[in-house]
Amino acid sequence: MSEALAKGEVTSTQLTQAHLDRIKDVDPAVKAFLHVDTDGALEQAARVDADRSAGKTLHPLAGIPLALKDVLTQEGVPTTAGSKILQGWKPQYDSTVVSKIKNAGIVIVGKTNMDEFAMGSSTENSAYGPTFNPWDLTRTPGGSSGGSAAAVSAFEAPLAIGSDTGGSIRQPAALTGIVGVRPTYGAVSRYGLIAYSSSLDQAGPFGRTVLDTALLHDVMAGHDPKDATSINGAFPDVVAAARKRDVKGMKIGVIKQLQGEGYQSGVQARFDESLQVLASLGAQIVEVDCPSFEYALAAYYLIAPSECSSNLARFDAMRYGLRVGDSDGASAESVMNATRNAGFGHEVKRRIILGTYALSSGYYDAYYGSAQKIRTLIIQDYAKAFAQADVLVSPTAPTTAFKIGEKSNDPIAMYLGDVATIPVNLAGICGMSLPAGLADEDNLPVGFQIMAPAMQDARLYQVGSALEAALVSQWGGHLISKAPALGGSK
Amino acid sequence: MAISYDDVVAKYDPVLGLEVHVELNTESKMFCSCSTTFGAQPNTQTCPVCLALPGALPVVNATAIESTIKIGLALNCSIAPYSRFARKNYFYPDMPKNFQISQYDEPICFDGYVDVEIETDEGPRQFRIEIERVHMEEDTGKSLHVGGATGRIHGADYSLLDYNRAGIPLVEIVTKIVPGTGKYAPEVARAYVAELRDILRGLGVSDVKMEQGSLRCDANVSLKPMGSDVLGTRSETKNVNSLRSVERAIRGEMIRHAELLDAGQKVKQETRHFQEDTGLTRSGRSKEQAEDYRYFPEPDLVPVAPDAAWIEELRAALPERPSLRRKRLKEEWSVPDKEMAAMVNADVLDIVEATVILGADPTKARSWWLGEISRIANDKEVAVTELSITPADVAEIVALVNKGELTDKLARQVVEGVIAGEGSPAEVVAKRGIKVVNDDGALMAAIEKVCNDQPDTAQKVRDGHLPAAGALIGAVMKETKGQADAARVRELLLGHLGQ
Repeated sequence: MSEALAKGEVTSTQLTQAHLDRIKDVDPAVKAFLHVDTDGALEQAARVDADRSAGKTLHPLAGIPLALKDVLTQEGVPTTAGSKILQGWKPQYDSTVVSKIKNAGIVIVGKTNMDEFAMGSSTENSAYGPTFNPWDLTRTPGGSSGGSAAAVSAFEAPLAIGSDTGGSIRQPAALTGIVGVRPTYGAVSRYGLIAYSSSLDQAGPFGRTVLDTALLHDVMAGHDPKDATSINGAFPDVVAAARKRDVKGMKIGVIKQLQGEGYQSGVQARFDESLQVLASLGAQIVEVDCPSFEYALAAYYLIAPSECSSNLARFDAMRYGLRVGDSDGASAESVMNATRNAGFGHEVKRRIILGTYALSSGYYDAYYGSAQKIRTLIIQDYAKAFAQADVLVSPTAPTTAFKIGEKSNDPIAMYLGDVATIPVNLAGICGMSLPAGLADEDNLPVGFQIMAPAMQDARLYQVGSALEAALVSQWGGHLISKAPALGGSK
Repeated sequence: MAISYDDVVAKYDPVLGLEVHVELNTESKMFCSCSTTFGAQPNTQTCPVCLALPGALPVVNATAIESTIKIGLALNCSIAPYSRFARKNYFYPDMPKNFQISQYDEPICFDGYVDVEIETDEGPRQFRIEIERVHMEEDTGKSLHVGGATGRIHGADYSLLDYNRAGIPLVEIVTKIVPGTGKYAPEVARAYVAELRDILRGLGVSDVKMEQGSLRCDANVSLKPMGSDVLGTRSETKNVNSLRSVERAIRGEMIRHAELLDAGQKVKQETRHFQEDTGLTRSGRSKEQAEDYRYFPEPDLVPVAPDAAWIEELRAALPERPSLRRKRLKEEWSVPDKEMAAMVNADVLDIVEATVILGADPTKARSWWLGEISRIANDKEVAVTELSITPADVAEIVALVNKGELTDKLARQVVEGVIAGEGSPAEVVAKRGIKVVNDDGALMAAIEKVCNDQPDTAQKVRDGHLPAAGALIGAVMKETKGQADAARVRELLLGHLGQ
């Protein structure tokens, strides 16, 4: 698309209109979008077209449509984080990611559905209803960035942005057969990313190919003085790495704890085949031991709720969003209470209560304190593993896409789906999921996860692009081209 | 059941604990770039960060860290090589995030002390106030409760919120418990707050205006029976807004506690509010159910790890300690205690010193600033420093008087002119045509005219009744529009009348 735009074969306006049309066709079934910004998208497309006609130098992604997870603020465009409590709120400012996207000339077509405040792994926790997996509309696209993943998978947008606190980019990428990357913590500014768990949240790119994803990653990453946790240093050249497609002599570590029991047989099979492909490309496969990963899920479900119980305190009806019970004589406290009760969904309340409890005096050491210790152990496990391997790999998720409603009443089963992705977040490192094929038993996409040390995001793209190239030639095309047609034109 | 203060201190031993909140005078807020100017239109100094819009993140103001370290050093504290911010979680409408970014178990400065001196029955006595910690935090917004009789939240019709103050950098200075002050507890507390105020002003890190709330004191008081080792239950009187109120609040609380204890009742651990009009406190929120603030390290901020060499630079650049400076100036200027106290109270020490440094005689500099200029400032209801007259102007005026080019009386006109914005002293002299008439011929003409006008008085002087000369001198001065040197007029007049 970028080349066609550059050559003048198609204008951004045409490209954007085509995607808006596709959204109109298929989104009633997929429900990837919470808000489609038709006017804003066409205005930006026209600007890019004008700049191109004027001979200005443009970013390779200028004029390309993008779907934005509704967790990032975009000035003047409704932003809800999938919650009723922010219904009707139009941000007064652009998140840093959105500023960078706009500056690159990328066209934001709309805001995508998500689990409320990014809490969930299926997008079923959205206050605005679930998103459906384009591969099988009876199944979830994963979550929490399910809307963004589904939009890319359903050809509603070639690029999307999600956020990944415990796997919320990688898992939906896996379940929808696309590429998703969670960059190193601090590589992408969190300014304007509505916080779920501050020490784990990180926005990142979705694409249909590793190179597309790298180009978007490159736009998003960089130091931001508005985010104190933003890394100030030299950022790796992920685009060059994605063009390298070379794993000769690289050591690839398979994490013992993240395979086998509990993993669907088709998932394990595609994972094992991918390993063989990498070996055939000249990589050396080694097994590494990460014993503390056993406790990762428990630690995550203490740290994330603790931080969210505090982060979500600001939704109090005083300054923006929903306000309930503000009748004559109602006190500020009663309005806060009524609003929070009406505005937050079950899962959000569950995590706020859990986190409030975990931080309470007398319980802090046992819960939050212990969780932080586990976090340190996981970081140490990774350090040892990365001493033996350049990248680590695992299946992204234990299963392929599950049915809508299948796990929604069983939070533990839902949480277990994040077992392979959560350690990356706890350690603040980076991870990618890319398609490894379809599981034999259900013909649904399987994700292959690659993990690299902090600020070594380029390794993800180097290994990912090599594996992708080999698999695509094996399959005779990208996996996504095997997705069922949803009607309309792709 | 009134009990006298003397009875209270005969029977009970007070223990103090003082928490002082200081608003730093940084240009921008603690965690965003909004302005900190006092008195702006409500909610005009806000942004996504201090309004806690979804997605906004805090970034620490480096100047605030520097100011806090300076405060810690000036209070003889250790500076933590590594400290963290923490979230203090509680809901309140004027707190945008519903948590306050503060410091909890890892304050930036800890273990310091301040020595204060007060007058006692046995003469001056020094008390050491030990500092537990100095930490950084952000201020909340302000609620304005409209309607109802009291301006308080109870009974109000509605409330307005102003977030201009939300996020203003605050430094909290907490003492360890202060035992052993006995009957001087109120004076020691006052002297401590005054000393802190002077130290902070000397550092230039805060406006330290108690009346505007840029320095606020929470006073904890408890009583224990004389000789007991067991601490009594404390009450905490919040936001005491003047030095005098600190003293009154503590005295009042000591009496209130003693009355309760004498009656066999318990002192409630609670927050109380000081009432300026009565000098008493009233009950606020009860602390029986201790609030659980669920502190945890602020994940949006990185730890503060100041460079050791930089801390030493800051230490080396600390200004002279105010109490030592006062002692030094008192000796250098040979000022009596009372005058020194007057200068400190009128807040003119800095400006007098600046004037002396520019060459003015200390006594003259002091008398101008403390006298005429303070009077004008009082009339205008502003601080002397807000007048347009500078130490350089005063030094120039003193020099003109010394050279005999101005009399004291003329000099007052020049001061008035400078304050009225007519320019420098020299310009005022020129514009107003002020000059000492030292032309003896002109003076003699005036003297002759006055003696002719008042022949009886002149005769009295000739007869040796010298006090009568005063009236004639006055008339001559009037004749010369005050521009004559009165001493020279007297000399010439007496000569003229044969005395």
